[in-house]
Amino acid sequence: MDATMTDTEIEWKRLCPLDEIPQLGSRVVKGTRHGDIAVFRTADDQVFALHDKCPHKGGPLSQGIVHGSSVTCPLHNWKIQFEDGQAVAPDEGCARKFAARVDQGVVFLQIQP
Amino acid sequence: MRKLKLVMVGNGMAGMRTLEELLKLAPDMYEVTVFGAEPHPNYNRILLSPVLAGEMTIQDIILNDRQWYIDNGIELHLGNRITRIDRRARKVIAEDGTEREYDRLLMATGSNPFILPIPGKDLPGVIGYRDIADTDAMIAAAAEHKHAVVIGAGLLGLEAANGLALRGMDVTVVHIADWIMERQLDKTAADMLKMSLEEKGLTFKLQAQTAELVAGESGRVAAVKFKDGSSIPADLVVMAAGIRPNTGLAESAGLHCERGIVVNDTMQTYDPRVYAVGECANHRGIAYGLVAPLFEQAKVCANHLAMFGIGLYRGSVTSTKLKVTGIDVFSAGNFSGGEGTEDIVLHDPGAGVYKRVVLKDDAIVGAVMYGDTKDGAWYFQMLKDRQNVAEIRDHLLFGNSHLGDTGHKGNDLAASMPDEAEVCGCNGVCKGTIVKAIKEKGLFSLDDVRKHTKASSSCGSCTGLVEQILASTVGGAYEPADSKDKAVCACTDRSHGEVRKAIRDHRLLSVQQAIDFLDWKTPNGCASCRPALNYYCISTWPHEALDDPQSRFINERAHANIQKDGTYSVVPRMWGGLTTPDELRAIANAAEKYQVPTVKVTGGQRIDLLGVKKEDLPLIWHDLGQAGMVSGHAYGKSIRTVKTCVGAEHCRFGTQLSMSLGVKLEKMLFGMWSPHKVKLAVSGCPRNCAEAGIKDVGIIGVDSGYEIYVAGNGGIKTDVAQFFSKAKTEEEVMEISGAFLQLYREEGYYLERTVHYIGRVGLDHVKKLVLDDADNRKALYERLLYALQDYADPWQERAEQPDLRRAFEPLTV
Repeated sequence: MDATMTDTEIEWKRLCPLDEIPQLGSRVVKGTRHGDIAVFRTADDQVFALHDKCPHKGGPLSQGIVHGSSVTCPLHNWKIQFEDGQAVAPDEGCARKFAARVDQGVVFLQIQP
Repeated sequence: MRKLKLVMVGNGMAGMRTLEELLKLAPDMYEVTVFGAEPHPNYNRILLSPVLAGEMTIQDIILNDRQWYIDNGIELHLGNRITRIDRRARKVIAEDGTEREYDRLLMATGSNPFILPIPGKDLPGVIGYRDIADTDAMIAAAAEHKHAVVIGAGLLGLEAANGLALRGMDVTVVHIADWIMERQLDKTAADMLKMSLEEKGLTFKLQAQTAELVAGESGRVAAVKFKDGSSIPADLVVMAAGIRPNTGLAESAGLHCERGIVVNDTMQTYDPRVYAVGECANHRGIAYGLVAPLFEQAKVCANHLAMFGIGLYRGSVTSTKLKVTGIDVFSAGNFSGGEGTEDIVLHDPGAGVYKRVVLKDDAIVGAVMYGDTKDGAWYFQMLKDRQNVAEIRDHLLFGNSHLGDTGHKGNDLAASMPDEAEVCGCNGVCKGTIVKAIKEKGLFSLDDVRKHTKASSSCGSCTGLVEQILASTVGGAYEPADSKDKAVCACTDRSHGEVRKAIRDHRLLSVQQAIDFLDWKTPNGCASCRPALNYYCISTWPHEALDDPQSRFINERAHANIQKDGTYSVVPRMWGGLTTPDELRAIANAAEKYQVPTVKVTGGQRIDLLGVKKEDLPLIWHDLGQAGMVSGHAYGKSIRTVKTCVGAEHCRFGTQLSMSLGVKLEKMLFGMWSPHKVKLAVSGCPRNCAEAGIKDVGIIGVDSGYEIYVAGNGGIKTDVAQFFSKAKTEEEVMEISGAFLQLYREEGYYLERTVHYIGRVGLDHVKKLVLDDADNRKALYERLLYALQDYADPWQERAEQPDLRRAFEPLTV
């Protein structure tokens, strides 16, 4: 999704050990130029990162309940999918997605510095 | 793998609903071909009446347009009737010669209007009322001709008559029985309806037997002649004297028919490859003509086609609503009574209101209503649930004040509400939005409306009203949910009761164990079921089950209440509403130190610090903990507060020590998780300053001891607590209250307040287990105390333990 950017513009940032994000849980990354970013961990240890703002009314997605590969916003129960940040129909909206990966038990996030 | 071939004969509502359900369950199992005799895509036949009346257009009632078939890879043949089924070669042959093979065949051929076998029945100007073509013919006739005669005063006949009258025709309704809609209404309601329709310009001729339709000079029908020799002019005759299942094709294929294609409980005909649903099917001797049962059949049929084989159709209780704007009629079940039944009747001819509810063995078996039908859905629900109504019998006819607190009260009929009237106060949804979504998206159930409009999806106080709007918009197509057996969520078909039982019987000790054992359809549930499962596990197996923080709503995970801007509120516990200068100083200091923007006194006699940042929570808790304060659980499905008045300690009227009893109760219940929040109050005398009458458990001190009230609720809908028991000593109060709450914890469904729990199981059941059986009461009480022993303050744990504190700390890059 970030194909238009080159590796010099964006880099992989080390976040934390995977163990510090609970399974079916999340942590918030504060102070990035994109605002707060929620990093989620699924039951099968995949990680996903989304802008921590529900497209509905700005609720903090990081505080929601994680299930399958989506999260339910704690404010009004919109479901947001990790795959693309899209809300589950019939709701419509999208939270920006950021690339995240796990490497040797460490979580990395790809954002502009 | 080769896809199986499914051919559907008929493109009506029942068949298409089956397909839609099937696509949800097994989207890739079948290659589907649909043959429809009509040249239109699938439409909502029930709404033909509003089309005739000029309130809607054909376009409005299309359910699935051609694009839908293309999108779902369905081969569609419109205006092409199947003329033969070759069951040996497993293929169907259409009138244009098209042949299609099938592995499964679905017959959804619907019904035909019953045409009276009288002379003149084939004249031009004589039609049935069934499809778009008939509707168009009526609209055309209304433009050119004057006199219309409708034969049959059933639901369909009256709607046709009303539509024709609105289009300017002089309409006479001819009916053979003593009163109109005799299969849906009793005489009183029918007479009131007849009067209203006469005011709208219809003429009725009852107990009339049609003998002949007479042609005029043009060859078109010109008059209707009766057995008594009289006759009336008629340029248009609409036969609405009933329907006959359309079984010709099935019979010619050798399928067993008997007033409908005979099917079993899985909707299979005598040839198990061939299914039948809808008006053409005869299930246990009944061919249904209303749409709600057809949808139930569709569900079962789809389930079986998808090879799940767990659904069975066992017949339906039906309800009827007449779709004539401005007239409200409702009937359901056995409204005519009979042996062993009792009637409760309210009849106010002046106000145009008639309600009759038929009871048998303390349950509703039928209802007929005229004028004020807003509680129809409520009665129908109780009828389907076979709910015992003995306790509410004295005010049953005054309806469900469901619609109360949001400003609608009783006098606003859903149908007469203006489009811009707000229905759902939580989500700001007005009536027009709901009606539009129902029509455009083809919604039929409350759940659908919730999903698409958000109406009634938050606090639920407008549920009754939304159901009303749904019922008045789609008429008989409305599907009330079976609340007792309702699935927990879309992740499972199991009900709360079944899940609770399985967790107890099979000793399931974690959310994941329950999900695996109960064959959830999703790998780890959803935001609705996980908190319920977690509660069921920890309440059933205290100190053994795993309490999974990730299965708790954020408030219970963060031990604070999330606010709309993502900050949290902090409410320290003040036992019984009592505090000290030291505590107040600590609260004041914390509020300043963490720059708390709002400090508020709550309804439960606590102090609320609003607007705390998540990362500050463990710090503020630490500070409050230094002054001896612990979590107030103002965020949980748990014990919230025990509110007290000053009582005999200070008050000149006080008879009992309400403050100290309140503190004792609150300390006993500290850490109690429950299906929903639990609030208590203790008043020292009957003046009841602590408002014990609207609490889950309310104690009122009297000179001789205490009175205990249960199942009150001051929230969405105010429910006054019911008298439960007297008690002589504080110990007795503790034991009875504790035992009652433990029973609620063990039997309540998640998110069910005590008032709803008692509404479901009955106060007698609770009295039997808590009051009449002293041993059981003691056992309940001991189980409660056991579950709560050693409960540690969650705030202190998080302030002190780094691994628990981590969840509150943000990451940086």
